[in-house]
Amino acid sequence: MLDINKIRKDFPILQRKVNGKPLVYFDNAATSQTPQQVIDVIVDYYSNYNANIHRGVHTLSQEATDKYEAARNTIQKHFNAKHSYEIILTAGTTESINLVASGFASILKKEDEIIVSALEHHSNIVPWQMLCEKTGAILKVIPMNQEGELEMDSYTELLSDKTKLVFVNHISNALGTINPIELIIEQAHNVGAAVLIDGAQACPHVKPDVQALDVDFYVTSAHKICGPTGVGMLYGKEEWLTKLPPYQGGGEMIDQVSFEKTTYAGLPHKFEAGTPNICGGIAFGAALDYMNAIGFDKIANYENELLAYGTKRLLEIEGLKIYGTSKNKTSVISFNLQGIHPYDVGTLLDKMGIAVRTGHHCAQPIMTFYNIPGTVRASFAFYNTKEEIDALIEGVKKAKMMLS
Amino acid sequence: MQSIQEIQDEIIEEFAMFEDWEERYQYMIDLGKNLPLIENQFKTEDNIIKGCQSKVWVHAEMNEDILSFSADSDAIITKGIIAILIRAFSNQHPKNIIEANTDFIDKVGLKEHLSPTRANGLVSMIKQLKMYAIAYQTQIK
Repeated sequence: MLDINKIRKDFPILQRKVNGKPLVYFDNAATSQTPQQVIDVIVDYYSNYNANIHRGVHTLSQEATDKYEAARNTIQKHFNAKHSYEIILTAGTTESINLVASGFASILKKEDEIIVSALEHHSNIVPWQMLCEKTGAILKVIPMNQEGELEMDSYTELLSDKTKLVFVNHISNALGTINPIELIIEQAHNVGAAVLIDGAQACPHVKPDVQALDVDFYVTSAHKICGPTGVGMLYGKEEWLTKLPPYQGGGEMIDQVSFEKTTYAGLPHKFEAGTPNICGGIAFGAALDYMNAIGFDKIANYENELLAYGTKRLLEIEGLKIYGTSKNKTSVISFNLQGIHPYDVGTLLDKMGIAVRTGHHCAQPIMTFYNIPGTVRASFAFYNTKEEIDALIEGVKKAKMMLS
Repeated sequence: MQSIQEIQDEIIEEFAMFEDWEERYQYMIDLGKNLPLIENQFKTEDNIIKGCQSKVWVHAEMNEDILSFSADSDAIITKGIIAILIRAFSNQHPKNIIEANTDFIDKVGLKEHLSPTRANGLVSMIKQLKMYAIAYQTQIK
């Protein structure tokens, strides 16, 4: 069991009032809140050992380098990567995806095929479309069903020896569906295609084991896992990271530079040009430590409880429809009130201190599939409570009354 | 004809009567519901103010140097905001619309809709109305 009262005390922001009401924060799928333990690490960095890393001979630089590399090791252990140099620290999921897409521009040929899913975030659609435009490769889409699940039979049919890459999110940001990535990876490998899994929505809820998954690339952002914004990671198998060309040129990523020829640094520095988000990287490690200390099994169990309770209570409201009804989902509930625009519901909930996301959640193809302009999305984290869900229910009822 | 300033003062006075956000928003919702519908032929892609939350269509028409607006949205609170804007800016000479100040928004307690995250909020709507006024102003001899 989680000691929720104790956990809530770790998050100073949860004491806040919004529009005169106690904050109910249900926009965790957009960004999670930051515990004091992580805030302390950020303050400590800037107060005590802020310096540029990897090159300085002075004490501060060495301390900062040690902590930054220790964070990389923490991330490696968390995801069970074989080597720490297979963890590339990036600005976040979007940059990680763009890094891989950009690398494949020199590998793909015309008529090669790449497969994405209908459940993707725009950040896992647009870079591949741009890649297709550049290379003449063809983008194929795994369709979804009414429950918001991928049609796996169609996926099998899409795969062929032309398939070079498959990109799927581990968990859908708009609907919360957990995709069967083990099967997706296995089938892609059977035709010789590489797989990138977007784990931005999964990492707050599960602890992925990249070796057990045998995934080629796995990407995520720290700010979904109690860490700061502007930092994330790309895990890539060593063979792939060696094969891909550097993403950006600059300092840190070189071995030797002359005007005739530059040789690149080894992994991971080949992909880490320029001064990185040093403090962010260190805090990313601290955030994983914080969550691991609580335990992902406990977190998942508790969030499933919140999901079941929230689903049951929301469905008590007449005219409320939930989108994304897979049995296999995380604590994300996307819904609409019949005949009412999600923006109106979200605006009124905000007046009551309840933070939800409204709109298309950067997943317009899903909204087009359901023929809706968007949804109201409530996403729960391990620091939320059933009492807060009760406040949401009262809020939705009140919004419905005002808008009907 | 009432001036834009006079109308805005009137709106500010009306909103001052509300005691809390609920009354204020209920009033806007009611305004939204009562906003005369835009003719379907004007609900075109060209007339959409692009944003990521709700859709807003605005149509402008000029008769004898007087510019009038009609508009619609798929979200009701947005429609209420439009109703307020139309009341303030419609049926005016383009020159007056261009020159009108818009600080009444602040005074009626709708400042939160000025935030850039409300992509279809007041800022883009006011900008669009003023753009129409500038365009039509050039047609006046």
